[in-house]
Amino acid sequence: MAEQTRTPGKPHITVRNLTMAFGSFVLMRDLNFVVNHGDVFIIMGGSGCGKSTLLRHLIGLIEPAKGEILYDGFNFTRAEPEDRERLLRRFGILYQSGALFSSLTLIENVSLPLGEFTKLPPSQIREIAALKLALVGLKGFEEYYPNQISGGMQKRAGLARAMALDPEILFFDEPSAGLDPISSRLLDDLILELRESLGATIVVVTHELQSIFTIANNSVFLDTDTRTMIAQGNPKDLRDHCEEAKVRRFLTRGGDQSMAA
Amino acid sequence: MGQPQTQLQQGRFDTRKTPDGGVVVELSGPWLLEHGAPTFAAFQSILKREKPSRILYEASHLEQWDSSVISFLVQASQEFATRKIAEDRSGLPDGLRRLVELALAVPERSGAARGEGPREPILARIGISARWLGESINEGLGFVGRCAIAFAKLFTGKARYRTEDLMVVIQQCGADAVGIVTLISFLVGTILAFMGAVQLSQFGASIYVADLVGIGMAREMGAMMTAIIMSGRTGAAFAAQLGSMKVTQEIDALTTMGISPFEFLVLPRMIALFLMMPLLCAFSDVVGMLGGAAVGVGMLDVPFKSYYRETIHAVSITNFMLGLIKSAAYGLLIAIAGCFYGFKCGSSSSAVGDAATGAVVAGIVMVVVACGLFAVVTNIIGI
Repeated sequence: MAEQTRTPGKPHITVRNLTMAFGSFVLMRDLNFVVNHGDVFIIMGGSGCGKSTLLRHLIGLIEPAKGEILYDGFNFTRAEPEDRERLLRRFGILYQSGALFSSLTLIENVSLPLGEFTKLPPSQIREIAALKLALVGLKGFEEYYPNQISGGMQKRAGLARAMALDPEILFFDEPSAGLDPISSRLLDDLILELRESLGATIVVVTHELQSIFTIANNSVFLDTDTRTMIAQGNPKDLRDHCEEAKVRRFLTRGGDQSMAA
Repeated sequence: MGQPQTQLQQGRFDTRKTPDGGVVVELSGPWLLEHGAPTFAAFQSILKREKPSRILYEASHLEQWDSSVISFLVQASQEFATRKIAEDRSGLPDGLRRLVELALAVPERSGAARGEGPREPILARIGISARWLGESINEGLGFVGRCAIAFAKLFTGKARYRTEDLMVVIQQCGADAVGIVTLISFLVGTILAFMGAVQLSQFGASIYVADLVGIGMAREMGAMMTAIIMSGRTGAAFAAQLGSMKVTQEIDALTTMGISPFEFLVLPRMIALFLMMPLLCAFSDVVGMLGGAAVGVGMLDVPFKSYYRETIHAVSITNFMLGLIKSAAYGLLIAIAGCFYGFKCGSSSSAVGDAATGAVVAGIVMVVVACGLFAVVTNIIGI
């Protein structure tokens, strides 16, 4: 994967002049970046800089204060509710806490979007849902409730649900937060596997360096002090050649020599 | 530490002047939080009196120490800095000195302190409250509007919710509530009967207790008491359920799946309460009348048969239906209050508690206000 070059793929997500604000408090301004088809794109930055908030903007949970977000050239921000809903169905989202419906079993959780948005008969829905759970290594846990399984399993079940409708874009909000190193490594492998097999575009919010270098081929760095993005590109290039010392320092856990001086 | 100690031994400090105008602070005894420690204020007054040019420490009699002594020394050190007193910490034990230096190493981040800002003038505060009130009314109306849209979708058959969920909610706010409704209604019936009996028996008109209890329960108290019980029981539960779903991002997950949380979560809850409240109310009416009968028969010596006939005679179908209609309306109000506060819930666990409290208070207030409106309207149209 390391040799994954940035193929001049078609732009999938285009963010234009995005300003994120709560009331009069501006969190980030002038965000401009493009995510291409098939990218594994990382949103990184220090704690509390607005990474997750940017993700919530991308999936339409928060309206931008200014600017717009385009998917395949289609303006998501200005779309009518029906068009927006249709677009949402092509997203798969893994929330930080998994966000499984606690009153439903794992298989019911995964079946829910299938039941709502396809015309498949119940038996077939069950089969597909079971397949998705098997893909994330949860075969045999179909009838468990979310509170009966571990945090890592909840995340994987959340991923199975996010994949239910074979999405074109997968969003991950801090996938490795709260996972042990092995589980987090397995999740990284799974993300790469999905990108390879489904050809999906993947957007990940994280600050786990290990994951960033393993999975990403493109990224954006948000900076709290200047309230905007200060770098964009392959994280490995940014680590070695970025002009912003702050970014190099982040990507080397503060070990950059030029900064220590 | 030659002095006799009756209580727990406390750490102490003594000061001693040096010839060159400095002060030696002698720390002794166990400085432990659980034993209590000298306050900094005591030291401050000594400083004011002595006005030393430098401070030395002496800690050979310091036995045990914890954060109490660190806090003392850090406060002292900050005080020395403002009074420009030189400080020599070399007399302190190594670990203690390092911790004090660590605490003093990082300057307070500017803007990190979040205390109360200066108080706004009264007019500004009135203005802020008024704006906040306007916003929350707006928010409430928005919520009711979205519920209305969800209902419209229900009638056109396009609403998305799971029948299983509806059934579970119906059970929770129907069958599961029967026990408490029975208890409260029976007691309310007996209370009404006692209240009436005191007055009516003076005229020898004890039989009219049946009228009083019958009409009272059917027209007002049955609906009112079930509404209050359900507001505390189910309204709070709705707010807590939806609130914690908000905390765990389940509501976000629904939204981004393209499933409206209004149809999926709010609609079944509203339907369930709307359907179950009249049933509970009818049940409560009957149980309340039985409570009245228990008093009438047991204490006022009215034969049960007469009591029964008097009740049937007094309670018109209009009274009874009016109670049921009211209870359905109360049910909607309670469900709206519960779900509204659940959706408004912030993203912490204490916010869930606040949401539940808010839902109960708003639910009861709305029920009582609605009850008043019903009274005015029924009076005008003469029912």
